[in-house]
Amino acid sequence: MTTIAAQSQIVNLKSKIRAYWALIKPLQSGLLLATGLAGYMSARCPVFNMGTILQLSANLFLAIAGSTVLNMWWDRDIDAKMGRTEKRATSKGLVEENEVLRVGLILSVIGVGWAVAMDALYGLIVFAGLFFDVVVYSIWLKRRTAWSIVWGGISGAMPILAGRALGLGYIDWVGVTLAFGILFWIPTHTLTFSMKFAKDYEAACVPTFPSTYGLAITRATIAISSILAAASMIVAGYGIGMAWGFLRLLGVLSAGLLMLAVAITFKPSERVNFGLFKYASIYMLAAMILVVLEVI
Amino acid sequence: MRFSSLDRVLLLLTVLLASYQVSAGIDGFGTLPIVAYTIAFGVILVAALLIFILGMEVLDSPVVIIVSTIIPLSLAVGLVWQHLASLRTSYLVFAIIGFLAVTLTRTIQIPGKSPTFVLAITHGIAGMTIFLLPIILSIQGAVKPLFSLVGVGGALIGIGGLFLSFLKTGKPILSRGMIMRLFPMLLLLTTALFVAGFKFG
Repeated sequence: MTTIAAQSQIVNLKSKIRAYWALIKPLQSGLLLATGLAGYMSARCPVFNMGTILQLSANLFLAIAGSTVLNMWWDRDIDAKMGRTEKRATSKGLVEENEVLRVGLILSVIGVGWAVAMDALYGLIVFAGLFFDVVVYSIWLKRRTAWSIVWGGISGAMPILAGRALGLGYIDWVGVTLAFGILFWIPTHTLTFSMKFAKDYEAACVPTFPSTYGLAITRATIAISSILAAASMIVAGYGIGMAWGFLRLLGVLSAGLLMLAVAITFKPSERVNFGLFKYASIYMLAAMILVVLEVI
Repeated sequence: MRFSSLDRVLLLLTVLLASYQVSAGIDGFGTLPIVAYTIAFGVILVAALLIFILGMEVLDSPVVIIVSTIIPLSLAVGLVWQHLASLRTSYLVFAIIGFLAVTLTRTIQIPGKSPTFVLAITHGIAGMTIFLLPIILSIQGAVKPLFSLVGVGGALIGIGGLFLSFLKTGKPILSRGMIMRLFPMLLLLTTALFVAGFKFG
C-alpha cells in the first residue's frame, strides 16, 4: 500500500513538473534568455567568464520564468476562453491557483534578488522587465487597450539591455538600440499571432490591433515594425563593431524579413502570415547568434 | 507537397553554406562583386529558409520566375566584373536590362512568345557565363583548377532555373512532382559547388 502511495506521489510530482515546465513557456523564455546572453557578450567583456555567464543565465531564466508564470496565473480566466490556451494547466485547473501564484512569486523574487546581488543596475533592469510584463502589460493594460503590446515589447527588450549593462557597467546607445530591435521585433511576432487567433481574443474580450483597427492597419503596423526592427539590429550590429561579413549576413536576413512584411501588406494570406511569424523568430535567433559569434 | 526530414536537412545545410559565403566567403573582393555575390547567395539563403518554413508550395508563386533570374544574373555579373574587365560595363547593362525585361514581361500581360523568349535569352546568357567562364579560366591557368566547380554549379543552377521557369510558363520539361523532389538536393549541391569553387579556386 505504501509503495503504491509512493508511486502515485512520484507520478503526481512528474505531472506537476511537466505542467509548470509548460507554464514557463520554455521556448519563449529560452529565446529571451538568449537575447540577455547576447547582450552581455556584445559588451566584449571576457566571454569565457563562466561564473558570470552561468549566474546571468540562471537568474535571468528564473526572473523570465517567474514573470511568465505570474502572467499565466493572472490570465487564467481569459486563457480558459480561448481555444489556443484552454488546455494550459492553469485554465484546466490541473494546478492549484494559489500554488501557481506562490511559484511565480518565488521564481521572480529569487531571480530578481540574485540579479540585484550580482549588479545593482543589471538587477534594476531585470526588475523593470518583470514589472512592465506582469503589472503594466498583463494586470493593467492587456484587457483595456490594444496598445498593451508596446509594454509587452518593452519588457521583452529588457533582457538584452540588462545583459549589455552587466557587461559594461552602464547603459549605452548600442544597448538601447539592441533593445529597440527587440521592441520592434515583438509586434512582428505578436501581431501576426493576434491575426491568426483573432476569434480567440475576441471571445476572451481582449482588445487587439486587428479587432480595434482592422486587418489593413495591423498589417501596415507589422511592416513598419519589421523595418524598424531590422534597421535597429543593423545599426546596433555596426555599433558593436560587427565585421562587415556578419553585417552583410544580417542585411540579407533583414531583407527577407522586409520582403515578407511587404508581402503581408500587399498580398496578405494566412500562409504569408504564418511565414512571417516563423521567420521573425528565426531572424531574431540568427541575429543573436551573430552577435555572440562576433565576440567569440 | 510535404517534404521529408532529409529535405529539411538539405535545406538547412544550404542555408548554412549560403550564410558562410555571404559572411566570410567573399571577403577581399571588390565592392561590386561583393554586392553581386551577396545578392546571389542572399537570395539562395532566404529562398531556402522560406521553403523550409512554408514548404515547396512557395515555388508555385509567380514571383519565383523573377527571383530565379536574380541568382544567375548577379553571379554572372560578379564573375565578369572580377575576370573580364573589358566587358564589365556592357555586362552590367545586360544584367540590368535582362532583369527589368523579365520582371516586366512577368508582371504585365504580353501576348505571344516574347515573355518566354526574354526569359530564355536572359537565363541562357547568364547561365552560360557562369558555366563557361570559370572552366575557361581554369583551363587557361588564370585561376586554380578547382574554380571550375563554380562552373559546374552554374550548370546545375541553370538547369534548375530552366526547369522552374518552364514549369511556370506552362511548358514543363520535367513533371512538377519530380522537380519538387529534386529541388532541395539540387539547391544544396549547387550552393556547395559555388562555395567550394570560391574557397579553393
